[in-house]
Amino acid sequence: MTESPTGTVNYLNHTKTIKSWLLTLDHKRIGIMYLVAVSLAFLAGGILAMMVRVELMAPEEIIMGADAYNQTFTLHAVLMIFAFIIPAIPAVMGNFVLPIQIGAKDVAFPRLNLASFYIYLIGAVVALSALLVGRVDGGWTFYTPYSTSIGDGILFITMGVFIMGFSSILTGLNFVVTVHKMRAPGMTWNRLPLFVWSIYATGIVQVLATPVIGITVLLLFLEKTLQIGIFDPALGGDPVLFQHFFWFYSHPAVYIMILPAFGIISDLMGAFSRTRVAGYRFVALSSVAIAFLGCLVWGHHMFVSGQSAVSSVIFSLLTFLIGIPTGVKVINWVTTMYRGSVQLKTPMLYAIAFLFTFSIGGFTGIMLGVLALDVHLHDTYFVVAHFHYVMMGGNVIAALGGLHYWWPKMTGKEFNEPLGKIAAFLVFVGFNLTFIPQFIMGTQGMPRRYYTYLPEYQSYHLWSTYGSWVLGAGLFLIMFYLLASLFKGKKAGLNTWGALSLEWTHTTTPPDHHNFTELPVVTRGAYDFHLARHLFEDGKEVSEVASSSAE
Amino acid sequence: MANVNTDRPAHLHHHFATSEQQFDAAKMGMWLFLVTEILLFSGMFVAYTVFRVWHPEVFAQSSELLDWRMGGLNTIILLASSFTVALAIHFAQKNNKKALILNLGLTFFFALCFLVVKYFEYASKFEHGVFPGAAFDPHGVSHGVDYALYNVPFARQFFSIYFVMTGIHGLHVLIGMGLFTWITIGAVKGKYSSEYYTPIENCGLYWHLVDIIWIFLFPLLYLI
Repeated sequence: MTESPTGTVNYLNHTKTIKSWLLTLDHKRIGIMYLVAVSLAFLAGGILAMMVRVELMAPEEIIMGADAYNQTFTLHAVLMIFAFIIPAIPAVMGNFVLPIQIGAKDVAFPRLNLASFYIYLIGAVVALSALLVGRVDGGWTFYTPYSTSIGDGILFITMGVFIMGFSSILTGLNFVVTVHKMRAPGMTWNRLPLFVWSIYATGIVQVLATPVIGITVLLLFLEKTLQIGIFDPALGGDPVLFQHFFWFYSHPAVYIMILPAFGIISDLMGAFSRTRVAGYRFVALSSVAIAFLGCLVWGHHMFVSGQSAVSSVIFSLLTFLIGIPTGVKVINWVTTMYRGSVQLKTPMLYAIAFLFTFSIGGFTGIMLGVLALDVHLHDTYFVVAHFHYVMMGGNVIAALGGLHYWWPKMTGKEFNEPLGKIAAFLVFVGFNLTFIPQFIMGTQGMPRRYYTYLPEYQSYHLWSTYGSWVLGAGLFLIMFYLLASLFKGKKAGLNTWGALSLEWTHTTTPPDHHNFTELPVVTRGAYDFHLARHLFEDGKEVSEVASSSAE
Repeated sequence: MANVNTDRPAHLHHHFATSEQQFDAAKMGMWLFLVTEILLFSGMFVAYTVFRVWHPEVFAQSSELLDWRMGGLNTIILLASSFTVALAIHFAQKNNKKALILNLGLTFFFALCFLVVKYFEYASKFEHGVFPGAAFDPHGVSHGVDYALYNVPFARQFFSIYFVMTGIHGLHVLIGMGLFTWITIGAVKGKYSSEYYTPIENCGLYWHLVDIIWIFLFPLLYLI
């Protein structure tokens, strides 16, 4: 083993060859590789979104025609959903943090973990190769019969989705088994950090829902290549059946995207409020409740698709039920802040921003679950804005919070805190400026997925586009100072934020190749700040200060 | 790294504390994987149910074209293979290497028999234009059955579902054969013992699932 200039051996520098990275079985390195991959997908998807916004500044053609516009928003959606949001938090932060948080040396199946990364890459490449083959438009939902009537590009996109689905299943399966079987002695279910609980619930949804999108896109593939007549009405098939199949996965997939975000927010609330997360068990189990209920509400995407009125009423009621566990979380987060002493560091700014943006996303979701209202709002910009408030205002803002929170632990470098706060402000303002006008024009009837519109909507579109620039500026600023921190950042300490979960208290920064020099024995919960006077000194356990300074 | 335990058996990966933990984790992972397999097939079972409810007569008539004797033979073959793979696990636990290899070989052989029977079934269908999808065009007479009579609306859906379901099931049989080849090589090399037989146990679980899916496919497609 080689000594690095700073004198510590850690997971980043214990071996240095490219091969040692590409063939690594270390969950931390796999997490970093995922971080690079999903960041590139996010960058590509984000640039496509900016192009869409520029085109919508005026009703007439600016940078692209109707055809190019349809392909651009479709590719934006496919990239963002399948290549970015679904793997983002579980595969990056779940991989890096979860095994350390439960006191394990690695995930249960390290080889499967590496395989899932390469399967993801292959899937993304296959999906993107659709660009070379032919045009794919009509959105990420691939509704039949339109999707079987367009060019062969759809075959590549659906196969890409199929392959990336495999990766998602393997990741979820790995984490569920890891949480069940790999916890350190004393790490009871009631002591798990809430991030672990949420990744666990996510894993269950990934295992239960993803195979259904697998068979759905496979049948779509066969419908297109062999005309098997299952989905295509011209051949005697049923397009509504496709919608049922599609949403049976894709609605739970929304919870694959948002549950990990809840976990990050819970961890941030505890760490930066310096107190136990209020209602710990309720917050933990509400993740599982959301995972369960989320599998039963797919029909609320189909209120105007010709499903029976009885089904619609039942799906509508079940949709309202999801508001309960979600509300439990939000109320407990606010209570945590109320009871604690809040430190407004950059990650916490994202957590607070999340409370606003996600709550708006959640409430508008309940509104869309109302049958009569949905008929009016269906396929308008209201849905687009709601979706982005949940996905971007929920997932992405939480992911940014988590990235800033764990960045010093992952890289061993501190980022520029003032720039971080400015960027968080830009992201929050830019995001709201982008999507609030979309809510308004949605209620006024602006339909989604058109490259042109009536002139009265133009001012809203202009504001939305200006907002996207502010948002983009914030995101590029983040990219700039995070990359700069790798070269010029201050060396991070053991416990940057004074948090109490094991990745901060029981391992070096960056973590050792084997995570821990000796197996931790857990004697407390992840948020037991009230024990601080007896056990902790500056957020570090007294007994551990000695062991970690011996590095 | 400081305390490398020299008592650790070779099969125990570094991140597990004990063999039991490793075995339990692998088995739980396999069960979860089987859940995903069931959900994969459940999509096709739903498609089958929906179209059967809509067109019960067409489905009943179309299933006459499938040879229940061939399907029944394959059912028996798969049940026998499930028995031999269970015996393989048993003999692995008993450290009986010879019987282990014999039973793994038998399982592989039964899987091959299943695919051979399936090949003849498919061939007899293709010969008379019974294809999945657009190429569906039943014609000709064989064993007193006039295939042209079966060219009715929605018969295409029945045969599409038949070919997709049995095709994906057949693919699973093929994958199973690959798995049995792999563990037989391991068994010949003496990798397995009563201390460590996780791959055999997990391949066995997988194989039972492949078997049980066929147990549902056979009556739904051939008999009713």
